[in-house]
Amino acid sequence: MSTATRSLPRTIGAHAILLTYTAIALAPVILVIMNSFKSRAGIFGAPLTPPTPKTFDLIGYTTVIGQGDFIHYFQNSLVVTVASLFFVLLFGAMAAFALSEYRFRGNSLMGLYLALGIMIPIRLGTVAILQLMVASGLVNTLTALILVYTAQGLPLAVFILSEFMKQVSDDLKNAGRIDGLSEYTIFFRLVLPLVRPSMATVAVFTMIPIWNDLWFPLILAPSEETKTVTLGAQLFLGQFVTNWNAILAALSLAIMPVLILYIIFSRQLIRGITSGAVK
Amino acid sequence: MGSLNIESVKKAFGPVEVLKGINLEVNDGEFVVFVGPSGCGKSTLLRVIAGLEDSTSGRVVIDGQDVSATPPAKRGIAMVFQTYALYPHLTVRNNMGLGLKQAGTPGAEIERRIGIASSMLSLEPYLERRPAELSGGQRQRVAIGRAVVREPKLFLFDEPLSNLDAALRVNTRLEIAQLHRRLKATMIYVTHDQVEAMTLADKIVVLNAGRIEQIGGPMELYNSPANEFVAGFIGSPKMNFVDGARLGETAKTIGVRPEHLTVDPTSGSWKGTVVHAEHLGADTNLYLDCEKAGLITVRIFGVYDAEPGATLYATPDPAKTYRFGADGKVLK
Repeated sequence: MSTATRSLPRTIGAHAILLTYTAIALAPVILVIMNSFKSRAGIFGAPLTPPTPKTFDLIGYTTVIGQGDFIHYFQNSLVVTVASLFFVLLFGAMAAFALSEYRFRGNSLMGLYLALGIMIPIRLGTVAILQLMVASGLVNTLTALILVYTAQGLPLAVFILSEFMKQVSDDLKNAGRIDGLSEYTIFFRLVLPLVRPSMATVAVFTMIPIWNDLWFPLILAPSEETKTVTLGAQLFLGQFVTNWNAILAALSLAIMPVLILYIIFSRQLIRGITSGAVK
Repeated sequence: MGSLNIESVKKAFGPVEVLKGINLEVNDGEFVVFVGPSGCGKSTLLRVIAGLEDSTSGRVVIDGQDVSATPPAKRGIAMVFQTYALYPHLTVRNNMGLGLKQAGTPGAEIERRIGIASSMLSLEPYLERRPAELSGGQRQRVAIGRAVVREPKLFLFDEPLSNLDAALRVNTRLEIAQLHRRLKATMIYVTHDQVEAMTLADKIVVLNAGRIEQIGGPMELYNSPANEFVAGFIGSPKMNFVDGARLGETAKTIGVRPEHLTVDPTSGSWKGTVVHAEHLGADTNLYLDCEKAGLITVRIFGVYDAEPGATLYATPDPAKTYRFGADGKVLK
């Protein structure tokens, strides 16, 4: 069944590589989910086997849910992620529009300045950020986290989106101007829908590190009311005893919201990644 | 209601001067075509008229009103773009109506105007479709319809036919000509295609390197070009330019159009060999390498058999020969 463009050995080779990669990528996730449904003895006795009727146990989940606050941690994580995502996309897209659309003095310098954050990790500034938050009384608030994550996500968003906005036809924007649309309407109604795939790309790349972050919640908002899921899961990690059932259950639950958001964005995402290359 | 005056308009992008002082007067109801090679500033001039670019200096006056500081939507203009620039998320009906809705026109009036425009451009069957479901020609008609609906003082066309294939281009050209006749509106049309310019225009403005080279009717430009640039730009195939000194003339350059040369196998002014022959049916283009005149093009009406390598004599029509001075201007 060889054809001009593909031969059987090559097809098998390619699939073997891809399947291996998939297995490596999924194995830890599957392991976590599998073991979250097992009793403590089951986890330690045979960590690699799926739950059997003998080892099946929901103790992890009952502990997590019974802990009461956990729902609250989830809420915090969700609020922080969604709010940061919203601001990153909004301000990122606006800055990208300005950079790609308007000619002004220092345009390219401004673009470089806004993209600088991609190269400098925001964690280098942790001490200064903490001082800033203490001074402004924002410690132990979700606002602090949202502000930091917005700053963290913006450079990449501006960088990617301005590339895509440059591809939006000038004629279309000018047609809008002649029809009397305001610059805001042109931005929201004409340009944003056309760069939606790239917005989804940016959303996914921004969302995952925020959801998974432990560093800033630990430093800026460790209080009971503002704990995020990743920080909350630390509750079960003790110096002497670690409640693995609860940790694995918490992690399994923590995967769900990101997974849902990812599925929402992924259809757009694939178009976003390929659209630059093909057209 | 639709005159336009451009008074010493200059436009610079940083250090690059794209328009170097343009003065132009367009009367009500005229069809004016800006033509010139790419980079000559014709599109920039159109954008300055539309208000999409601010001029560096000078005034744009529409209907006696200085609009230099008026935003595009308030200038009473409508523009048709090369890439159609339809709103992808709106139906044809809403594409046409958006400008009016934005200006606060009552709904019934918008409907009435869309009805007129869509019947004029035979767009009725497509009113509820989105641009993605239309062909290139239909999209450009919608774009024209969007302009018609606004009943502007001034229509601006920015190379509207460049994205269409050859057959459609001829059809749409015809439609634009008819539209002008029906609406009697002032239209300004930018193109780099001199055939479009010749067929559509009441008045052609030839631009080169940010300056107006000549303004005139199509036949005026063809018959009495002001300088070498216009002579070379208008007419196809291009006018032949021969070094005056080689012919023993006082003028710097002698110009003669390919259709104003006759050929004879036995005698004539310029002896040459046929390099290549293009047979188009209705006429034949011969490329001759002449001893005195260099490589020239001759256009012969009808069929003419000439093999490459054959010797022919070309003779210019003395009444239709142009003489250019050292500065490129025509010598009278």
